[in-house]
Amino acid sequence: MRVAIPSPLRSYTGGREHVQACGATLAELLAELDAAFPGIRFRMIDEQGRIRVHMRLFVNSELARDLEVRLIDRDEVQILCALSGG
Amino acid sequence: MQRRSVKKKSVVKSRSSRAPAKRTKSTRPPRVVVLVGTRKGAFVLHGNASRTRWRTEGPHRFGEIVNHIVLDPRDRKTLLCAARAGHLGPSIFRSTDLGKTWQEATVPPAFRTAPAGVTGYAVQHTFYLTPSNASEPGVWFAGTSPPALFRSEDGGATWRGIDGWNENPLRTVWCPPEDQTPDGSIMHSILVDPRDATHLYVGCSGGGSFESSDAGATWRPLNEGVEAPASPEPFPEYGQDPHCMALHPLQPDRLYQQNHCGIYRLDRPATHWERVGKSMPAAVGDIGFPIVLHPRDPDTVWVFPMDGTTVWPRVSPDGKPAVYRSRDAGKSWERQQRGLPSENGWYTVKRQAFGADECTPLGLYFGTTSGELWMSANEGKSWRQIAAHLPHIYSVVAATLD
Repeated sequence: MRVAIPSPLRSYTGGREHVQACGATLAELLAELDAAFPGIRFRMIDEQGRIRVHMRLFVNSELARDLEVRLIDRDEVQILCALSGG
Repeated sequence: MQRRSVKKKSVVKSRSSRAPAKRTKSTRPPRVVVLVGTRKGAFVLHGNASRTRWRTEGPHRFGEIVNHIVLDPRDRKTLLCAARAGHLGPSIFRSTDLGKTWQEATVPPAFRTAPAGVTGYAVQHTFYLTPSNASEPGVWFAGTSPPALFRSEDGGATWRGIDGWNENPLRTVWCPPEDQTPDGSIMHSILVDPRDATHLYVGCSGGGSFESSDAGATWRPLNEGVEAPASPEPFPEYGQDPHCMALHPLQPDRLYQQNHCGIYRLDRPATHWERVGKSMPAAVGDIGFPIVLHPRDPDTVWVFPMDGTTVWPRVSPDGKPAVYRSRDAGKSWERQQRGLPSENGWYTVKRQAFGADECTPLGLYFGTTSGELWMSANEGKSWRQIAAHLPHIYSVVAATLD
């Protein structure tokens, strides 16, 4: 499925704004992303599996609260950065 | 691991991690670089041989919050940078070409994953980086917020927590996670005994000083004689607020700390800190963030006083910035301000933003939260500004290149 990458994370994707990845859940999708772009997951997800406070993950424009959200192939995942101060 | 006893008044003759290295070409002046960590990236200032001209290069890791950037004095090549971006989680980056290229740690500092149903901790940022001593090439330590301790044995590529601290049930008793230090409670000082890499001291804001003699497997508070700011008892076992701790590389049984409650010195094996800041002028006080030692003289130490009265403005008292130097281990202090603003200098110098090189005479460097960088090439007698208009400065480290 198509995954939109925000600018702070494009140093991991070689500047690409969109990448393709698979997974039955957001957790699986992020594991695959991390295998393709090592280190990218930890910048979004902390060591306890929590989405970091200034990151937002959307599946088809719906905000994901955790990584157990189920995915199908035609879903679109957007990774966005929330406000984080000056 | 065997517990070691601290030797009395032992003097180190060999090179330590922070001691000046013996130079093979004594005629060649050292090349000094000043590594500056700021809220918006890192900068490297290159000095000429006489340290009279400086070229600012950067920013590196542009836009990232760089709490510390440190060159390994053992190889004079490996640079580690503790960074996080506003949105992204914290990581550590490594460079061996003075910042031209960076490699991210493949396993950054992170707590163990908590069992199901238990709320686990997450590293918010790495605050402090230090190499281990000369006996352990490639070994580094990292201190984080919340206060936790990590070790790398491969030059900063992979990190693991020191369980004796991070998993210690007393950790959150000694250093409560709800501590209200701005930007989060931190482990800000990790001191490695140059004689014995298993002998460690750490300093934590809102927690105190702690010592381990077994490479971090077990810890004990080391706060006798130090006042605590938020305690009904004036001298509790823990709960003190060291701002910055330092150990002298040539006399490792001598420790100093600039604390929220004054300037202190400790000569091991004693365990009682002496408040040497009591001899500072009363109008200036002995509150500040950083403390800097002379690498060749255990009795010489510098501080940068700030206003710790009323609501704690934390700026130079009366808007008149000055460093204070003691040459008798804190018995007396002298003001050094030549070249600094004589008025309207409302400087805040953070705990990692004051450092020394290893030249003769010693060079001193401090950075302000207003983005000014100042240096003295004559041990503090006179000062001049070598950079301005930088972002908020968090750390200043002077390093020597080969």
